[in-house]
Formats: sequence, C-alpha cells, structure tokens
Amino acid sequence: MKRNQNLETGDRNRGAQTSAAPAGLFGQLADFFDDRTGYRALIHEALYERVPGGARWRYVWGSALVFAFMTQLITGLFLWSSYSASGQTAWESVYYIQHEMTGGWLLRGIHHVMAQAMVVLLALHLMQVVIDGAYRAPREVNFWLGLVLMMLVLGMALTGYLLPWDQKGYWATRVATNLASLVPVIGPALQQVVVGGPDYGHHTVTRFFAIHAGFLPATLVLMLVVHLSLFRKHGLCAKQPLLKPDAMFWPDQVLKDAVAMLAVMAVVLGVILMPCLRAMLEGRPIVLGELGAELGAPADPSQPYSAARPEWYFLFLFQFLKVFEGFGASGEFFGAIVVPGLVMGTMFLMPILGRWQLGHRFNIAFTLALLAGVGLLTAMAMNEDYAALWADRAAFADVEKVLEETENDKAKIATHCGNDAAKIAAFEARVKKLEKIRHSQSFLNAVAQAKADGARAIELAGRPERIPPAGMLELVRNDALSQGPKLFAQHCASCHAHLDPAAPEAAVGLAKASAANLHGFGTATWLRGLLDPKQVAGPAYFGNTAHKDDDMVNFVQNDLTDAATWKPAQIEAVIAAMAAEAGHPPAGATPAVIEEGRGLVADVDRCGSCHHFGKNEVALGSAPDLSGWGGREWLVGIIVDPTHERYYGTENDRMPSFGKADEAAAPMLTQQQIGLIADWLRSEWYRPALHGH
Amino acid sequence: MSQLEPSTEISGSDGVPPTDRRSFLTKVAAIVCGGLATLPPVAAGIWMFLDPLSRRGAAATFLPVTELSSVPDDGLPRQFAVVSDRVDAWTGFAAEPIGAVYLRREQGSNTVQALSATCPHAGCFVEIESQERFFRCPCHNSKFTFDGGMVAPSPSPRAMDDLECSVAKNGSIAVKWQNFYTGVAEKVARP
Repeated sequence: MKRNQNLETGDRNRGAQTSAAPAGLFGQLADFFDDRTGYRALIHEALYERVPGGARWRYVWGSALVFAFMTQLITGLFLWSSYSASGQTAWESVYYIQHEMTGGWLLRGIHHVMAQAMVVLLALHLMQVVIDGAYRAPREVNFWLGLVLMMLVLGMALTGYLLPWDQKGYWATRVATNLASLVPVIGPALQQVVVGGPDYGHHTVTRFFAIHAGFLPATLVLMLVVHLSLFRKHGLCAKQPLLKPDAMFWPDQVLKDAVAMLAVMAVVLGVILMPCLRAMLEGRPIVLGELGAELGAPADPSQPYSAARPEWYFLFLFQFLKVFEGFGASGEFFGAIVVPGLVMGTMFLMPILGRWQLGHRFNIAFTLALLAGVGLLTAMAMNEDYAALWADRAAFADVEKVLEETENDKAKIATHCGNDAAKIAAFEARVKKLEKIRHSQSFLNAVAQAKADGARAIELAGRPERIPPAGMLELVRNDALSQGPKLFAQHCASCHAHLDPAAPEAAVGLAKASAANLHGFGTATWLRGLLDPKQVAGPAYFGNTAHKDDDMVNFVQNDLTDAATWKPAQIEAVIAAMAAEAGHPPAGATPAVIEEGRGLVADVDRCGSCHHFGKNEVALGSAPDLSGWGGREWLVGIIVDPTHERYYGTENDRMPSFGKADEAAAPMLTQQQIGLIADWLRSEWYRPALHGH
Repeated sequence: MSQLEPSTEISGSDGVPPTDRRSFLTKVAAIVCGGLATLPPVAAGIWMFLDPLSRRGAAATFLPVTELSSVPDDGLPRQFAVVSDRVDAWTGFAAEPIGAVYLRREQGSNTVQALSATCPHAGCFVEIESQERFFRCPCHNSKFTFDGGMVAPSPSPRAMDDLECSVAKNGSIAVKWQNFYTGVAEKVARP
C-alpha cells in the first residue's frame, strides 16, 4: 500500500492535539471513550482515504450500493417486526402491514423498490469496474468477491419475491424451484430441501424467510466487510489520467456519494409516490395502501395464474429459457443451468483474461454484449407480453374470419388460398402474427384478472369480521364475486351466456349460447325480456333450447299479446311479483302491485294453469315451481338437480344435475360451489361500507 | 506515485483543522445529503414500528359467562371461561375463550361475586388451593381469601380484582370483562 506518510502522521498529531485541549464536558467524555476505544483513529481511518486525482462521480456506485443494502437492512428489520412467516399468515400479515399499519405502505414500498434499484446499481457498478479494469492485479480477489456479492443480492431478490405468499410470488417460485431440480445429481434433493418438503406450504415460507433475512444477508455482510477492507487495502482504482490533485475521501468524495444516495432514494420515493401524483391530477382519492408494492390474491395452488412472470430483472432469464423450448428437459437444463454457469464462469475469469490488453477489451465487449443481450431479451419478453397494447388487431380481422370459417383446418385454408403455396405461406405468417397478439391479449387479460382478484382479496380482508383463523384463502374461496364467474365459466358457460344484453357485442355471444342468458336472472329486466313475445324465442331465452316451441313460448307469444285477457299493467304486476320473489323487487313496485301480481301468477287460469305457486293446488311436474323462484334456495335446487319435479322434471333439456351424487361418483359440484354460483347469479356478495372499517 | 503530491485540497487535514469555507460547506452538504437519504427508511420503519400505539383493545363490555344454577351457593369460587369474539391483528376469532373468572355465591344469596383470575401482582393466573381454602398465585405465592381479600404477607400490592357482575332475571350471569394494570396498589383499568 502506497500511502503518504506525512498525511498519516499529520492526522495522528491532530487527534493528539484535540485530546490535549478538551472542550468542556463533551470533550472530556469524548476523550474518555477515545482513550478506551481509539474511536477517533477508527473514524479517521474510515474518512481519510486517499482518492488519487480527486473525487469523481464515477466512483459513487460502490457507495450507492452499500447505501441501498443498508436501506434494505433497515427496512427489512422493521418489516420483520410485523411479518408472520407461515402459509396461513404470510399473506395476511403483509396485507396488515400494507393496508392497516401506519406507514407500512411506505416501508414496504421502499424495501420493494430499493431491491430493484439495487439490481440496477449492481449492473452499473460491475460495468464501471470492468471498464476501468479495476479487476486487475492485485484486485482479482475483490472482483470475485463482488461477483459472489452479486449472486447473493440476486438470491435475496429471488427469495423475497415469495414472502408475501400471493399468487405472483407463489407461481414464480414454483418455476424457480422446479428449475433448481434440474441441477445434476443433487437437483431433486436440493429442491425438496429448499421447498421444505414434497409440497409448497408453511415450511416453504419459513425457509425462504430464513434464507432471505438470515443466511443470505449474514453471508452478504461478511463478504461486504471483506470486500470493503480489500478495497481499502488496495486503495481506490483511479481512472487514468488523473484530472485533479489528490483529495481525501472525506469530505469531497463523501459529498458526491451522499448526493448519489440521495438521488437513489429520491428515485425510489418517486416510483412509490408516482401513482399518488397521477391520482391527484385525475382528481381520484389517494389510497395509501395502493402505493408502493403490490399485493396480489393469496397463493392458491388450485387456481391458474396466467399472469405469472418473474420480477422484471429476471425477465431475460425467463425469455432466454423460451429459446430452448421444444428441447425438453435437456434444453431447459442447458438454458437454465449451463449457459448462466458459463457466463458466470467467464466473468470469474475476467481478472485473468484482463492481464492482456486484448483480454481486457474482450472483457469490456463481453460485459457490454451481456448487458445488451439482457436488454434485448427483456425487450423481447416485454414485447411478447404487451404486443396487444400497440398491435393493430383489426388489421387481422380477415385472418380471424378465415380461421373461423375454415375451423383452422389446413386443407380448407389451402383451398381458401387457391392452393397457391406462396399465398398459403403468407397467410400462415399472418396467422403467426395474429397468434402473438392473441397470446399477448390473454396475458393482459390475466394481468387484469390478477389485479381484480388482488383488489377483491384486499377488500374482503377489510371486512369487520376480519380474516378467519384458517386464513385468507378460505375467505377468497367462499367469495361469490370472485369465484362465481370462474365456476360459471367452467361449468355453465358451455351452454349459458352471462352477457348484459345492452352491451354492444352481446348479440354475438348470445347467438353462440345454447341456453338462456343468465345475466340479471331474477330481475325485472330479465323477466320483461322473458315475457316479451319478440324475445322469448330469441337466443337470450328459449331460442336455442328444446323448449323453443313449448307451452311457455306459445303462451308469451299468443296469450300475453291478447290485451283483453292480459293488460300491460297486469304483466308488469307479474314481473314485479316474480322479481320480488327472487329477492329483487323493482324500485317502483308497491306492495299492492306485488300482491296483485302474486294473485295473477297463482291464478289457475293464468300462470297457475301450469306453474305451482303459493297456495294454488297445481301439482309439480308440469312446469317449474314458481314458489321462491329465483331465490337462493330455488337456484341451488335447480343446479343440484334440474330433473327434479320441482323444476323441469323429464322435460329437462341437457342441463346436468350438478349436485346429485350417483353411486359411482361424487357430485360434479359441491354444495358450497353451487351456493357460490347461485349467490353470484343473484349478485349477493360482500360489499364494503362506503367508508371502510 | 508521482501524483500524490500534497496539495491545498488536503492541507485542511494536515495538522490544522480545516478553516476554509468551501471545505466546511462540503462537509455540511455531505452530512445533510447523507442524512436526508437515510431518513426515509428509518422514519418509515419507526412510523410502522409505533403502529401499536394507535391501537385500542376492545371496550369493556358485559359478556355472558354462565347460569346462576352453575354457581352453587356454597361460598366456594369456581372457574369459568369468558367467551367472546376476538380480533387479533388481521384474524377474527368467533366465540373464543379470551380469559377466565372465578364466580362464587354465599349460601342463600342470589348475588354473585366475580373475581378476575389475573394476579394483581404480576399478571399470572391465580389458582384455587381447595385443600387450604384460599387462592394462590403459582408465580410468587400471593395468597388471597376466597372473597379475593389479601392474605399477608403477600407480594401482591392489592386484593384480587373484582369484576362487575350482573345476574339477569332468567339467571344468566354476565361479567364486565376488563384488564387492570398490575403491580400497583390502585386498581386502574387498562384502556
């Protein structure tokens, strides 16, 4: 180490002078501690590091990284004080931090955004070190330490992603840990140890937490101490030529470092508070819990999560793996283990290669190429995911039409293209482009769905009854608003539509449905359509069913249109009565009108000629029972078994008995699932009070 | 290294305390910037850490405990669980035992005495010593008579805490569930 002895001794003397002239009590106290600890010399050692050629902005990256890490340490420790690591409490405690604890959103936001800033700073620091050739002798070991530190930081980023135990973290971690199982020989065991068992659960969270907040940071701190002391031992690797006279680390370089830290923190706060500014400009109220880090719906292995993506800085790896699609496990092994291993290996060799001028140039070129490659892969991944945002799908309307007409049949497409090879190829190229837009669109839809699910989970967590002891998942699984549409899509939508008839594209969907449109089922609007001669045989009601020529259609089209027997006011009264029966009494309907309607429905010369209702003596079996029609119990009943005499009996058209177990098999849907569908159709779900709790 | 000539830039640390304004301003600026940069994580952390101060426990309310017929009028205390809905941070527990009370009734009386099972000394769970016919706290051996009175010498600064108790006409007993500060002579309810 080449140090200027004058400087060293000069400063030592200064320390001695200060202690010789104590300034009052404070000075005496300082002397007391200095005599026993020698702290002045330590501070001196820390601050008066020679900076050859004076302070420069290009030296700030290392300090900025240390600052970022310290921020993570501070915010992480505080987050630890409120985080509860288990499958049933991780999401819940993060929700509590983010949405209920004072300042939790800010604390978590800083931790989340600073983690990303750290990755950026890592790349900058690495680039600066390579370009300046700071890895050359005698600094090789410190360069290697830096690479290890980089991997530790990336490891913390990876493990931290899981801790909220939401869908996003859960599915991303499943992928990451499955990739770990590709490691030769020890892979499967490694995966099982990290996951904490054969399946994901309590111990996945506790282990990831211990790794994230214990093993990795402890190792990192140790490595960082060595990294910094080696840095001090070798001195700063000054960029040649030196522009100015030498200076001390304190205060010139410290000021530049501090400004860089402040800039980093300002960017982090800016990212956190940006939505706040947007909300203010758009005049929307600011919800603090929505700032900072996102929290999705709680992890649910039974729900698909098509929006699963790693954090943006790992997106390039995600995209890189796609290159190896179609090569099976060996391709994945190559992409996830071999190539990254080779890249890291090359980086470890940099100090050796850098001994030659050509090698140094190679190192710079390699680093820049690597960053460019990462950038390119990230851009490709983004493009694949978000293409639908800027692609013009309308330009492919003709392709979509042809695909639908030909049912994507190769022979038919060939005929359509006049069996001209060039035309077929051109068409197929456009199909490929269209597919990309479609994939992107489904990703965007999945993201929107994920956002809605997350927001709903947070809304439910704020109920006055709070979260059940079994955890948030139980609440989400019992929520009609979020589960209803999914169950309907899986079990009902192959026949039934659920489309607002007033929506612009409803007609297309309705034409495809082969059973009644259940949107607004039980409401006066729905009933008005049913009793409309023009609509009853249309696709929204009986048009696409076996009942399209049956008594009900006949009755609506012939009897109801006879103004002598059915006055419009009477039809309205029936509508009001039935809507009230379903629990959706129309706003304007008086009890008298409803009572009149009930009488008309029960009347054996009118509705009562087929339908059982109230006290009329009509036997069940000729038409669906109208007692309790559209109510929860009635709806659950028809989903359980539409062939029951209370509903369609032997006249039932294709609808399965979802809740009826036969000897061989369990019912298709559980009572709870059927209840959720019924509640959703009836728009019955938890709604928060306007001012929350 | 030929560049390492002492210069005016570093003379400030060369034996003489730095006096020139530029260096002083640089130091102040460095400290201010560094402090400002570190402030947000520390402040946010402390802000969240102090969140418990803004939380209040459930208000003291009368909770149904048992029936009069379950408390024999023999002057002996009996232990009953106090059941209530409870919120623990994010979790809502429905009808959960949240604590215990001792109820006792003198012969022929219809009034019930309710004693908190929490020792006023340090908050341990006071137990019935039925053979010796008194309450004893297992932690520091505070002793109390069955009506909650002090048995000297005792580490407890006060007698057992009486809880307000009401007996409805149909015989159902409700107790006003409250916690008190321990270790002081005065009985002060916790907020």
